[in-house]
Amino acid sequence: MNSDGMNSANARIAYIAFNTFREAVRDRVLYNLVAFALLLSAAAILVGEISIDIERLVVVNLGLTTVSLFGVVIAIFIGIGLVSKEIEKRTLYTVLSRPVRRWEFVVGKFFGLTGTLVINTFFMALGVFLALLYVAHKFEKMDEWVLVALYFIVLQFLIVCALALFFSSFSTPLMAAVFTFALFVIGSLAGDLRGFARITPGFGGWLATAIAYLVPNFSALNVIGQVAHGDPVAGSIILYDTVYALLYSAMVISGAVLIFQRRNLK
Amino acid sequence: MNMSATGRVNLVATAVLFFSLAGAMTTLSVIDHQRRDPVAQEALYISSPKVLRRMSLGYTGLLADIYWTRAVQYFGVQHHNGSGDFRLLAPLLEVATELDPKLLPAYQFGANFLGPKPPSGAGLPGAALALMKFGIEHNPDQWRLYYNLGFLYYTEFKDYAKAAEAFERGAALPVTSEFMPILAARMAQHAGDFDTARMLWSTTYESTKETRIRQNAVEHLLALQVDEEVTQLERVVEKYRVQTGRLPASMGDLERAGFIRGTPADPKGHAYRLMADGRIEVQDSENFYFITKGLPPGKSPPQPPREPQTESK
Amino acid sequence: MTAIEILDLEKTYLVGFWRKRPKLALRPLRLTIEEGEVFGFLGPNGAGKTTTLKLLMGLVFPTAGTARILGMELDDPRVKSQIGFLPEQPYFYDHLSARELLNYYGQLSGIPAKGRSARVEQMLALVGLSDSAGMQLRKFSKGMLQRVGLAQAILHDPRLVFLDEPMSGLDPMGRREVRDLIQQLRSEGKTVFFSTHILSDAEALCDRVGVIHQGELRGVGAVAELTSETHGKVEIIFYAQAQRVPAGLTSLGAEARVSGDMVNAVLPEEQQDAALEVLRRERLKLISLTPVRRSLEEYYIQKLRPTETRTMETRKGVGV
Repeated sequence: MNSDGMNSANARIAYIAFNTFREAVRDRVLYNLVAFALLLSAAAILVGEISIDIERLVVVNLGLTTVSLFGVVIAIFIGIGLVSKEIEKRTLYTVLSRPVRRWEFVVGKFFGLTGTLVINTFFMALGVFLALLYVAHKFEKMDEWVLVALYFIVLQFLIVCALALFFSSFSTPLMAAVFTFALFVIGSLAGDLRGFARITPGFGGWLATAIAYLVPNFSALNVIGQVAHGDPVAGSIILYDTVYALLYSAMVISGAVLIFQRRNLK
Repeated sequence: MNMSATGRVNLVATAVLFFSLAGAMTTLSVIDHQRRDPVAQEALYISSPKVLRRMSLGYTGLLADIYWTRAVQYFGVQHHNGSGDFRLLAPLLEVATELDPKLLPAYQFGANFLGPKPPSGAGLPGAALALMKFGIEHNPDQWRLYYNLGFLYYTEFKDYAKAAEAFERGAALPVTSEFMPILAARMAQHAGDFDTARMLWSTTYESTKETRIRQNAVEHLLALQVDEEVTQLERVVEKYRVQTGRLPASMGDLERAGFIRGTPADPKGHAYRLMADGRIEVQDSENFYFITKGLPPGKSPPQPPREPQTESK
Repeated sequence: MTAIEILDLEKTYLVGFWRKRPKLALRPLRLTIEEGEVFGFLGPNGAGKTTTLKLLMGLVFPTAGTARILGMELDDPRVKSQIGFLPEQPYFYDHLSARELLNYYGQLSGIPAKGRSARVEQMLALVGLSDSAGMQLRKFSKGMLQRVGLAQAILHDPRLVFLDEPMSGLDPMGRREVRDLIQQLRSEGKTVFFSTHILSDAEALCDRVGVIHQGELRGVGAVAELTSETHGKVEIIFYAQAQRVPAGLTSLGAEARVSGDMVNAVLPEEQQDAALEVLRRERLKLISLTPVRRSLEEYYIQKLRPTETRTMETRKGVGV
């Protein structure tokens, strides 16, 4: 399918991804949010109590939760800004008049966005580890599980980015942001929803189960509590959660592609 | 190549969508099985309410509600699967009330289900008592909390004096239930009566909308009825023995002697059985929780603790 | 070869929030453009010019009808490498510089890395942005953005160039430059399809024009033919004496106008000799004598007007 000359689809996707990343990095909003997140990590130190154990617990819990929440906010802000805004402001006209397929555009945006978030997470995580070092004065073996928790947070971001792109492909920037955030909140409570479903009989229980499964299960990707206590995460869980995040993202992105394929750009 | 480029992309995207949907759902159920009871796990990890409060960044109300909801669900799940293991109920309720001391339904729930022994409850009357006292400390004008306290003293500790005191304090409040002074009075004199117990459980039933608590109250009321009827029947058997000099051979004997009419049945419709030694038994003791009479020998009710024990939080 | 072939291309939008009513943006359009021609698409705002362009670019999907570019279907991926597009009032990535943007677009168009930056510089020079090439696009003025837009449209040396209101936002100097650019593209054998509502540009640049109004193509014609008709009038320009129109001319039925020290008089061509006689008699110096041509403006206005035939057709209920 490389009949159009010098480029392959992968090359174009890579170019789009890199450009997305570049746009995101130069946008000042990003820096403000990251700085704020780092500030919060520092504040986590103050929140802890005198006992060293509690301090560590609080730093890890609060720090990782901050990374997760801020990452979601950044993903939504930047993701929606990058896609919805492009569609609204007709930047897209000149891009799509080139030999770029619409699906390549969506996929490229996705990779650029997640790439941005991975770099973000790296810097915010650095803040958490510095705070941890400060309160505990040394790293312990159990701290390596914090890395696993961070990996899981990145998996969460994959899904959030996919969702942001999905909603951007057909609704206004504001609505896309609202929908994505709403799904994030519901998805974080998906575990409770399933618990509720288990003890509710009849149609209500069935409906709750259906919703609990279809919604992105961020609760399944949340190991912060575990890791704060230094408990290990089973290797099989790491594997399964990776697979889940990848499959769910793929599903959402293909939905975005399908919608974007037939969208009339006003 | 009779499909356009657009058509090809659509086909591939649709296929990816369906396969990844199916795959994601399957993987999720696998994860679910592996990570059982995430609620339970999390509750274990945050065992210090003070820490949780600081971490909640001010959204204590919301967090309290979430933990309260989890407490109810946890109880429901454990009750449903009959494990009899409620060890997380106390921490969950403690966390919820620590975050929001005005969470009244939590105290009610604790009063009803922390005290009783498994499988009806967590078997921690001391923790229940501490919870009630905490609640009263933070909500001194809520008559229901005094009711719960008195109730607890009555049912779990059989300390009628303290129960009476609690009911009295509740009765003295500006806003209170009309039953409080009556209960206070009954504690003082007729604590062991069926009517007192019945009044207590009826008040519990009336004072809440929570299904589980109501169900529990109904079970207790049924048990009371059984206890009362068994006691009455055994008294009748004794009268018969005094009159005729021997034990009745069957319910028919009692009927012919004019002591009873028809065949007496328990509230669930099963006939009472007259045993050879003159005792009355329910047909199937599994039908009723909480009955203290009409049980086969060897099934004696558990001994209540002498004094309230403070269990560590 | 036929550059663009439009066959009954139609677009209806559904507008409204609750009850969607159809709004006809483009009635079935039939048009053919040959390669190498410069075609002007004329019409007032909202006539359907931009809709047509968006349909051809594949940004919007037709309700009915088809179109082909260079013999290929619109969604054929090979089409895009042969066309360039300048949208109306373009907007680009805020945080990129002009150079970075062109380089990015060059990547997407498949220009090989080796010659890419040279080509980018060449384009920047062509549109006069070499000095501002490193500045972020969010700081660019409207005119500068227009130039960037032109640059990205021809960056990959396409066979067809589509321009939507290419002169908008430009000062007279800029407009002159764009005109020159279009002339150059034409001399390179490229096909240029541009929409505008400035008739003088169309008259100067186009081989053919089409007039569109309210979503309907009202007429198509070669500029040379449309403006070759004379009205049977001549225009005489001469130096005036005492800023006065000679009485002799007025009596011949001339419409005259004095501007500065010149007089501009229009009269029937039969009176041409008589008028010259008047000038000779009064010893007035002749500057020029030209037949009055029908202007494109007149053609345009005529096409915009609803005609008898049209009203008759709609009464019969015939769709156009």
